[in-house]
Amino acid sequence: MTNTDIDETSELVSFPIQRTCPFAIPPVYTKFREEAPVSQVVLPDGGKAWLVTKYDDVRAVMSNPKLSSDRRKKDFPVVVPGQNAALAKHAPFMIILDDPEHAEARRPVISEFSVRRVAAMKPRIQEIVDHFIDEMLKLPRPVDLNQVFSLPVPSLVVSEILGMPYEGHEYFMELAEVLLRRTTDEQGRINISVQLRAYMDKLVEEKIANPGDDLLSRQIELQRRNGGIDRPQLASLCLLVLLAGHETTANMINLGVFSMLTRPELLDVIKADPSKTPKAVDELLRFYTIPDFGAHRLAMDDVEIGGVLIRKGEAVIASTFAANRDPAVFDDPEELDFSRDSRHHVAFGYGPHQCLGQNLGRVELQVVFDTLFRRLPDLRLAVPAEELNFKSDALVYGLYELPVTW
Amino acid sequence: MRLEKDHDRCIGAGQCVRTDPRIFDQDDDGLVKVLIDRPRGTDEAAAHKAVFICPAKALSIAQD
Repeated sequence: MTNTDIDETSELVSFPIQRTCPFAIPPVYTKFREEAPVSQVVLPDGGKAWLVTKYDDVRAVMSNPKLSSDRRKKDFPVVVPGQNAALAKHAPFMIILDDPEHAEARRPVISEFSVRRVAAMKPRIQEIVDHFIDEMLKLPRPVDLNQVFSLPVPSLVVSEILGMPYEGHEYFMELAEVLLRRTTDEQGRINISVQLRAYMDKLVEEKIANPGDDLLSRQIELQRRNGGIDRPQLASLCLLVLLAGHETTANMINLGVFSMLTRPELLDVIKADPSKTPKAVDELLRFYTIPDFGAHRLAMDDVEIGGVLIRKGEAVIASTFAANRDPAVFDDPEELDFSRDSRHHVAFGYGPHQCLGQNLGRVELQVVFDTLFRRLPDLRLAVPAEELNFKSDALVYGLYELPVTW
Repeated sequence: MRLEKDHDRCIGAGQCVRTDPRIFDQDDDGLVKVLIDRPRGTDEAAAHKAVFICPAKALSIAQD
């Protein structure tokens, strides 16, 4: 075991690392992966963290129980100013808990997102996609696909799953957008969190009074049977499902549509044979790996990752983006290739925290791509590709607008 | 070969079911169900893929 020499006089690379091109991974990631795959970087608050960039090492980080996800811990790295303080306004999201607490929180909801349950939602997802295309066709062209389609589709899907009324959803979407902006300051982040918390508390109260056939009502009933309703925990669960379930999917819809409109040979693959769409979806997930910030952990004990000793109390960032461009695992990783089997990508993470809604996200994307290009065969960008506004300053990569016409 | 599951580790991600729904399913709680515990022929490769892809290391292969 070796501890990589850190030359205190040399300047460390700052993290987060911004994307400058929608396709190519920033060269600094590649340099790290090739030359020092477990390397120290400096965070916005001056703190340091180990940046992990190889696929095998990223999986090792994300499945090591000695590396904690608990942001309530004092030394937890602050990659997004105000994020940890904002999280403290809620009962802990399951994503910041370690096992066994994490498993206790996740177990009751996993059946809601099983492959079988999500497959049963597909007809309703199809209706929702068709509905928003019908509405879009009534609009004067060009339209911003993000506003009229990419955001509304997953928002309605996820609000129906929770049993949340769609009215008032614009309010939620506005708040969430500010929360996910990289430039939002600490106080702004905390204020938004307080408002979101109030909104979710109200939803939980309404569901307790008027239960329905939905995830939230089932969780309320389960908790009632098990001895008592934990309102703050349910509010956090709803907020997590909403936050994780709408903007991420919207970003992938936009990036997928953008990719296929600018690379018609990719679109031809799924048009010729829709049974290839699921594979294309996983390849898009691998290629873009939109959570730019990676996964953050705090070492609870000395741990060896990729031959480097990480000491107790040190911070670790596993870059799922760099892992998904690792040539040791994906041939020609800088190529977006719909014929590739990329199911083992880590775009949804790895380890016990791997995305709860991943099967839902995949089905939404499949239905969207198949339906959108079938119903709008003349769909095209309404501005030159180089004028598109990518989210290089957000927590999750994507496009701010996607102007299209047909 | 024999496929073994560990429900204490399973997180219900469903990656195994997506790898091969003939070999794997999820029970009412969303946890892994092994439908073919002694995969043969081409099923063996699918079983190995599922073991590799499982995010929770809830699947393993035992040799008889």
